[in-house]
Amino acid sequence: MSFLSVKNLTLRLRDNRAPLLRDVSLEVSAGEVHGLVGESGAGKSMIGKAVLGILPRAVEIAGGEIWLDGVDLLTLPPAARRKRVGGLAALIPQDPLTALNPSRRIGPQITDRLVDILGWKRTEAEARALDLLGEVQINDPARVMRQYPHELSGGMRQRILIASAFAAEPKLIVADEPTTALDVTVQKQILRLIAGMQARHGTALLFVTHDLGVVSKVCQSLSVLYAGRILEQSTVRDFFAAPTHPYSAALLGATPKYTDPEGSLTPVPEAIIARLRAEIAAYDEAHHG
Amino acid sequence: MAELYTVENLRLSLADMTRKPLLGAAPRIEVLRGLSFSIAKGEIIGIVGGSGSGKSTLGRALIRLLEPSGGSIRFDGQDITHLGEEALRPHRRRFQMIFQDPMSSLNPRHRVGQIIAGPLRLHGFDRVEARVMQALDHVGLPRGFAQRYPHELSGGQRQRVGIARAIALEPEFILADEIVSGLDVSSQAQVLRLLEDLVRELGLTLAFISHDLSVIRRLCHRIMVLYRGEIVELRQTAELFADPQAAYTRELLEAIPLPDPEQRWI
Repeated sequence: MSFLSVKNLTLRLRDNRAPLLRDVSLEVSAGEVHGLVGESGAGKSMIGKAVLGILPRAVEIAGGEIWLDGVDLLTLPPAARRKRVGGLAALIPQDPLTALNPSRRIGPQITDRLVDILGWKRTEAEARALDLLGEVQINDPARVMRQYPHELSGGMRQRILIASAFAAEPKLIVADEPTTALDVTVQKQILRLIAGMQARHGTALLFVTHDLGVVSKVCQSLSVLYAGRILEQSTVRDFFAAPTHPYSAALLGATPKYTDPEGSLTPVPEAIIARLRAEIAAYDEAHHG
Repeated sequence: MAELYTVENLRLSLADMTRKPLLGAAPRIEVLRGLSFSIAKGEIIGIVGGSGSGKSTLGRALIRLLEPSGGSIRFDGQDITHLGEEALRPHRRRFQMIFQDPMSSLNPRHRVGQIIAGPLRLHGFDRVEARVMQALDHVGLPRGFAQRYPHELSGGQRQRVGIARAIALEPEFILADEIVSGLDVSSQAQVLRLLEDLVRELGLTLAFISHDLSVIRRLCHRIMVLYRGEIVELRQTAELFADPQAAYTRELLEAIPLPDPEQRWI
């Protein structure tokens, strides 16, 4: 039984009904790290947002089911849904600067959610926050709790958001390009941290990224998306041994690889893109209305 | 090969506004601490380092957006270290920059055609329209894109407009500062291929700043690794990858996640 099961999810823009996700299905087991890979606009972030119930207002769910721990979230009324998702799932966002409120101290930004939504006692929540800040290797957590976001580096802010995501012991975390804004050495520290926390807490992870290098390091399985369609689902081992879809193979060939400069950074061939576009157009034609 | 840039003992310090006392001057931070190197005509040099290594500051000093506080920069034989704005003006066309974030470096209210034409007019070029079209051809964008606004383009297309604006002026030197770090892998590959071709076709000299060694391996002839404002390694690309000398270079290399589950990494 999968912990997260997305079935035939279709999303579209409210005003012109343009599809964003087309009939997307995926399964993530408890404790599994699943990568969502694709170029900008492929819809990989939208899947995570739909699961967490934080889709932009302009986007509506046109069909499908999102089963989280045995309940289809889309059948719940909004308040019940928020409560269920809040207890089971959390987000590590991409940009640590915009995700933190610049005018508030770090402490309450971690504890408020625990107190207000999950009904913890303030003292409990504060103790938990201190523990977790320690776990993400922040020195002097008590001091950092009293600081403001601008007083901290990008890497520190990302650590705080990781601590915050794990605070309520969620069973699923959506990590939305958590290291894209960081340089390679900081990226490595942060990924190592996320992987370690994930393993210790047994949390399932939906890991959104465009970097196949990162996927090969932190994920066990992955879905490759193009224009809101899943082209390939596979275990990481099988995928990197031999991707089955030509687009996946092309994406792998475009990925920089310093050990093979001639065989990497090859743009995705026009012919593959043209064929994908034709397939998408045919799909939209068949599902019109 | 003739040298386009000769840099000797380059120093640059900036005021640290975060530690400025209420009254009085802010303390200075040494961002560049005595760099010496040269860039040959037609060369592609990679400048690599983490955040705060001084790589962007070095780039901005080379094209004299910043004035060095010590040492010297010679461009095509002329000392430009302390030239004033007036004296720099005739040189400005000759060194151009492509920016990291095309969304904030392209005026959202201007059409692509106007964006490319602006600097051409400023520098007194003739046949501006023809040159705009030629620049679009060079970067592989359809001529019709001259009528579009930046928000109508994808990230990769916007970055091509940034490149078109720079090459339209027929510069000798282009500084590219993290120009692919905001792009996804397939646009990244396209933009890098394009730069590679343009450098060859137009006989450009290029400095390519990045925090990611794997991105620049293919493109660059030589790579300079910066750490806290000092050059820790400057060598031919193949040699640097085969046998990195500086501990920091090795650290940068080992931090890169290769698309290979077998690589020992975490």
